[in-house]
Amino acid sequence: MKIHEYQAKSIFAQYGIAVPNGFVATTSSGAVEVAAKLSTPKVVVKAQIHAGGRGKGGGVKVVDNNAQAVETAANAILGMQLVTHQTGPEGQKVKTVLVEEGSNIVRELYLAIVMDRDTSRPVLMASTEGGMDIEKVAEETPEKLLKIYIHPSLGLQAFQTRQVCYGLGLNPTQAKQATQLMQGLYKMFIEKDCSLVEINPMIITADDAVFALDGKVNFDSNALYRHPELVAMRDTDEEDPLEVEASKFNLNYIKLDGEVACMVNGAGLAMATMDIVKLYGSAPANFLDVGGSATDEALENAFRIIMSDKSVKVVFINIFGGILRCDKLASGVVKAAKALDMKLPIVIRMKGTNVDLGKQILAESGLRYEVGETLEEAASKVVACLNKTAVAV
Amino acid sequence: MMAVLVGKHTRLIVQGLTGKEGSFHAEQCMKAGTNVVGGVTPNKGGTTHEINCVQLPIFNTVADARKATQANTTVIFVPPPFAADAIMEAGAAGIELIICITEGIPVVDMMRVKQFLQDECPDSRLIGPNCPGVITPGEAKIGIMPVHIHLPGRVGVVSRSGTLTYEAVDQLTQRGIGQSTCIGIGGDPINGTNFIDCLALFQADPDTDAIIMIGEIGGTAEEEAAAYAKANVTKPIVCFIAGQTAPPGKRMGHAGAIISGGKGTAAEKMKALTDAGITVVESPADMGATLANLLTAKV
Repeated sequence: MKIHEYQAKSIFAQYGIAVPNGFVATTSSGAVEVAAKLSTPKVVVKAQIHAGGRGKGGGVKVVDNNAQAVETAANAILGMQLVTHQTGPEGQKVKTVLVEEGSNIVRELYLAIVMDRDTSRPVLMASTEGGMDIEKVAEETPEKLLKIYIHPSLGLQAFQTRQVCYGLGLNPTQAKQATQLMQGLYKMFIEKDCSLVEINPMIITADDAVFALDGKVNFDSNALYRHPELVAMRDTDEEDPLEVEASKFNLNYIKLDGEVACMVNGAGLAMATMDIVKLYGSAPANFLDVGGSATDEALENAFRIIMSDKSVKVVFINIFGGILRCDKLASGVVKAAKALDMKLPIVIRMKGTNVDLGKQILAESGLRYEVGETLEEAASKVVACLNKTAVAV
Repeated sequence: MMAVLVGKHTRLIVQGLTGKEGSFHAEQCMKAGTNVVGGVTPNKGGTTHEINCVQLPIFNTVADARKATQANTTVIFVPPPFAADAIMEAGAAGIELIICITEGIPVVDMMRVKQFLQDECPDSRLIGPNCPGVITPGEAKIGIMPVHIHLPGRVGVVSRSGTLTYEAVDQLTQRGIGQSTCIGIGGDPINGTNFIDCLALFQADPDTDAIIMIGEIGGTAEEEAAAYAKANVTKPIVCFIAGQTAPPGKRMGHAGAIISGGKGTAAEKMKALTDAGITVVESPADMGATLANLLTAKV
């Protein structure tokens, strides 16, 4: 789960990580009001959307701290469809701005903690190349990315924070603050079950202060059950509406931009189904793993959700019954297809537990569908259906 | 003894036996010939739980269960908030093989489990979590896979995915090619046994002639396995990587199946595996046929 920068900074503050003074606003008059509480000659008005690259898209403005300048900046940002390299061409609507004190930046550094899968422990990454695309830094100048592996039960050690401070070339005044910041960041990473905490940039000001100027935090979805305070921060406006709807029924659904709706059980088979659709010359409209313990309600809703994608031209159901029984799946599909007055072609491939019963339910339902016995047969029928549709149009 | 990890020698306990899932799958495992010797549910020790007309003894702790039944293997069906603890308890009790089916364990919990097992339980092996389990067809099934698609034989299967493993197994069985052991290593970012461990087991196993390996996007486990296989595995391997069409930055169902920072793509993995001399199939429909061809070519 992702959160906004202002939410990340509120958690930073709880962990003693220094952030610039600032307040959020949802209207330009609100922005003017909160800017009045800030004492710096310059303020920064920042669009709050989940995607990165906001500055380049015009979502961040540094202005003089007076009512007119703040109002103009907030007016320009609030309500805009902010397009960045992460939003896609349609952009993301800005509902909230963060108004912050401007900082006198001398240096921009990079600091992050992620879970390293190879070593099964958190890795703290630091770099002198703050404000840059860190993936590019890792790729082109890996020597500029310092990596510190943290022992799961011992935590971040003093020698490790010293290694970072010397590596970043901090003076003793700065190092003291940076050490506190790193310790706070690690504590937060563990206690809040983060999968990523990133400060880019971490800045050094003219008077030797160290601040988190930006904050990006992702949480481990598996751990949200023990963090109601984080769940409350979820902003579903930032997510695809169909994905939000699917999450209500515990369905793993991801919208893609193809034309073949896919309904599959199991994440691996669901990905493999997308792959074979592509190999046969079409493109998947979605990833959907209905899981092993899907209820009738979830199955019906899964079908409804994949069908509400307007670009869908054919439905590919690929089920390998293990825990999920084929008869249960079949009755769910029949019910949902009837409720939706389904007109699009359906290709079904079913194997495994109770497959004969499942086939019987489909055969007696009056539903129109084609059957593929093997994966390749099903995939070729899907593509054949698409070609027929194309001719009919 | 045939194949690897599980077989006729397995003496299985079920952590979470009295729960709905534990109970259901324990019954399926018993029907497949697995020797289930008891269960563990805290506060129900001393009672019995009937499955298939057999009264299985229930213990409060894994240590009690091991002492009374000489169990050497456990399968874990407890909910995510308690699963990490259940794994550590099994390790501390000296259980040699711990198979955790549970999906949804927080990654920070798994980080601690992994460290604990390394430090305190060097003789315990963890499979999973978030996996279908392990089956040696005809001998023992420990997990949630449908038993009827399997056939005893000489191909080892190792996979990060559940249903995609069934797909591979089915393609083999349809061609009359049996399996020695099928191991689901799970779809989480931090897991126990990895691809390399399984390749080493299959390479050393006189009852395994060839291997199907099924990877997916996320992490670098497949790349490491490729390097290992090049240096250490002489048996033929067919590999499929799921997620060739997956978009970056999205978790594809499995917690571990995510392309992050441009890393962990199917293309990178397929290249590393191909470069290591492994036969990589682009289509998931070609796993069985390709392996059949390799076996024929070998003879």
